[in-house]
Amino acid sequence: MTFFIKISTIILSGSVLLCMIRAISGPETADRIIAVNVVCTKIIVIITMISFLLKESFFVDVALTYAMISFIASIIISKTIGAGEEQ
Amino acid sequence: MKDIICMILLTGGLFFLLVGTIGILRLPDILTRAHSAAKCDTLGALLSLSSLIIIQGFSLTSIKIFTIIIFIWITSPTATHLITEAYVRKNDGNNSDL
Repeated sequence: MTFFIKISTIILSGSVLLCMIRAISGPETADRIIAVNVVCTKIIVIITMISFLLKESFFVDVALTYAMISFIASIIISKTIGAGEEQ
Repeated sequence: MKDIICMILLTGGLFFLLVGTIGILRLPDILTRAHSAAKCDTLGALLSLSSLIIIQGFSLTSIKIFTIIIFIWITSPTATHLITEAYVRKNDGNNSDL
């Protein structure tokens, strides 16, 4: 079971790199924010898997804090995008 | 038995996360990309984290992981909705596709 979780952690890291292609080359700003949002979710899953692999239970608290910070960042950047055209 | 359930759930979570990634890379429009990203966020994270909950059993760590699942299910569709709403409001009247 530990081997399977190691393999899935490596696969998730590769898919984070694939998401970064869209985050770098997105034509709009909203494209980049969507890609970075998905990367944040994947990193939460990776941190939780690593906390199982290393048997360190306080990594789960780090993942919870990371979720809160990524949500606040997404809200503030989306308000910055739509703020210029407010009617 | 527990290992088989965990492997099925983790494989399903990895499948949804990879499909979301391919959708972000390949779909043509920004709204379809947001749709694909929302799938990836909610269902992939739910299946992967619930397999970790089943491995750990009932403990304080599994309660924290359950809190992470609830938080992601509330915040991730909200963030996607806000981003697409800002995009539509910005391009209102300028883009004939919307």
